[in-house]
Amino acid sequence: MTILSLSKALNEGMRKAMEDDPKVLIMGEDVGKLGGVFRVTDGLQKDFGEDRVIDTPLAESGIIGTAIGLALRGYRPVCEIQFDGFVFPAADQIITQLAKMPMRSLGAIKLPVVVRIPCGGGIGAVEHHSESPEAYFTHTAGLRVVACSNPADAYTMIQQAIRSDDPVIFFEPKRRYWEKADIDTADTGWWTPLDKGKVVRPGTDATLVAYGPMVKTCLEAAKAAEDDGRSLEVIDLRSLNPLDTPLVMDSVRRTGRVVVVHEAPVNSGFGAELAARITEQCFYHLEAPVLRVGGFSTPYPPSKLEEHYLPDLDRVLDAVDRSFGF
Amino acid sequence: MAIPPKLAPTAQEWHVTADASRGAAAPPELVQLLTPEGERVEHPDYDIDLKPEEVRSLYRDLVLVRRIDLEAVALQRQGELGIWASLLGQEAAQIGSGRALTDADMAFPTYREHGVAWCRDVDPVKLLGLFRGVNHGGWDPREHNFHLYTIVIGSQTLHAVGYAMGVQRDDAPSATIAYFGDGATSQGDVNESFIWASVFNAPIVFFCQNNQWAISEPLEKQTRIPLYRRASGFGFPGIRVDGNDVFACLAVTRQALKNAREGQGPTLIEAYTYRMGAHTTTDDPTRYRVASELEAWKLKDPIERVKSYLFKNELADQAFFDSVEAEAEQLGADLRRRCLAMPDPAPLDIFDHVYAEPHPLIDEERAQYAAYLEGFEQR
Repeated sequence: MTILSLSKALNEGMRKAMEDDPKVLIMGEDVGKLGGVFRVTDGLQKDFGEDRVIDTPLAESGIIGTAIGLALRGYRPVCEIQFDGFVFPAADQIITQLAKMPMRSLGAIKLPVVVRIPCGGGIGAVEHHSESPEAYFTHTAGLRVVACSNPADAYTMIQQAIRSDDPVIFFEPKRRYWEKADIDTADTGWWTPLDKGKVVRPGTDATLVAYGPMVKTCLEAAKAAEDDGRSLEVIDLRSLNPLDTPLVMDSVRRTGRVVVVHEAPVNSGFGAELAARITEQCFYHLEAPVLRVGGFSTPYPPSKLEEHYLPDLDRVLDAVDRSFGF
Repeated sequence: MAIPPKLAPTAQEWHVTADASRGAAAPPELVQLLTPEGERVEHPDYDIDLKPEEVRSLYRDLVLVRRIDLEAVALQRQGELGIWASLLGQEAAQIGSGRALTDADMAFPTYREHGVAWCRDVDPVKLLGLFRGVNHGGWDPREHNFHLYTIVIGSQTLHAVGYAMGVQRDDAPSATIAYFGDGATSQGDVNESFIWASVFNAPIVFFCQNNQWAISEPLEKQTRIPLYRRASGFGFPGIRVDGNDVFACLAVTRQALKNAREGQGPTLIEAYTYRMGAHTTTDDPTRYRVASELEAWKLKDPIERVKSYLFKNELADQAFFDSVEAEAEQLGADLRRRCLAMPDPAPLDIFDHVYAEPHPLIDEERAQYAAYLEGFEQR
């Protein structure tokens, strides 16, 4: 067992993947000597060299576009987008090329490209450094979209993402980078498949569905609710596309109440997809409408106001109360 | 793997070397009017006739913006700002180009152009709002002809060209200047802005502060040729100026702006300078660059050379330098006081100005959140 922070768990996961497969490359801005602005790639260039850990020119579209070319040549690039808000210059390559090229080739082409994106707010950053852009990518067919929430999942999911023959958009909750856990790096028996979610806290009265940074918030809310005599189940989706529908529906059929929580704006956010699917598949089990807690329909605010924008324990429990009020 | 570890020696003609003074030796094409030692030198194409009071005024600008920057770094260290992007070392590039602008000219900055903001009469405290997290902008760009800071690298260069195209269509006697750094020259947007400016002959000056570093990546990660030479491929002139020489920056920018106003189209100016500090206050440059590089550049300080020039030519006495120093202290103290007094935004401000016209969803969310907050107050 090894105690690792979430960022170090990603680092160790990538290191393992690079040791296992010489075709795995790391590329991005400042990923080399600096080790990335969050130090997620710290030490990898020193150990694997500049050919495998590539400091790229400052151009996100270029990073993804050339990663596609490297993948066409048999490499497995793991691209770092420095901050969520900087993925948009690369959106063209991701949406029009990366997501669609395999299908256009009738399966002849595989693009095992991982796009790592530190996401979410809560670190007091300036604009474009606190975004939650997952819905843009779940809306794009051809991309697997996953989000880790804790060090153990970070360690396993990054390796699974790198092994996947599909492009994977890999969200990392930046405000959780420094959280630590004891991880069994020797055994793989405990790994959950990349496309499966997890019940991270069992409960009977209502289901909280979250991913990435909001999983911890929901766990805290569930703990607080316990004091009020309410048993909340918490699901960590882990994978947004594909969605582990059986896991979610099973929980909803048991509890009858659901609150979906994400940092991204509620409006056209990933919660909308969940709400629709739950309503379609569990309509007669629902005791209340599916409720959503998330960011407002506004740009991410200046950091002095981010505590208002970001869902917290109180806002989650407020939604739980509303659910029970129906 | 067959990747050449070092690129073929086009490097010889400029500064790509592995030695510790990387970039510190002046490359041959550099326009310089004031040496690091404070000696006035002539240049056949660019000269400038500055009156003593103008030189003293430039000196004052340089000292004051350095003081503003220093205070902001200190404020960040004390937790009063979330982050700060220091301009240390780039004062001459910013004051020289900033003072070349006329009131009617329009400037599009990155997030580091605090010196240009000074030249555009933006109250320094307004620069702090973005970094303190109380707002995303802080000033009215129209009031100062100084656009909001842009954080996404290079985006503003296209806005600047579009603005210049508007100026062109209005037949207005003004020019536009777009600021960006060496790293930004790799971005698609910047290259597209060069193309747009070129084919539309837009009245624009591209002012690239080549401070040698894009966070941890040295210049050779972005280019194999001197950046100013990129311009020729796009079809307009490029010029490299000593970015630590305020005289040269002023002269070269003034000429380029004049050319733009007179319908001669764009110019790329590469101000050859050095980022003396970290990329931002969250960065740790000791991880990726050697101290001796910093030492070499310290000898080229943009302020010291003006001071030497003023001294040597007896254009200023000790009383003048003392008074500027006192003014700087006053400015720093005042900035600190006003930063601490800056009010936090109100929670419901989140919902303001998202749309120019009424929006029912925003109104609904504002009302819902107001009721939610009231619920806490009643408890």
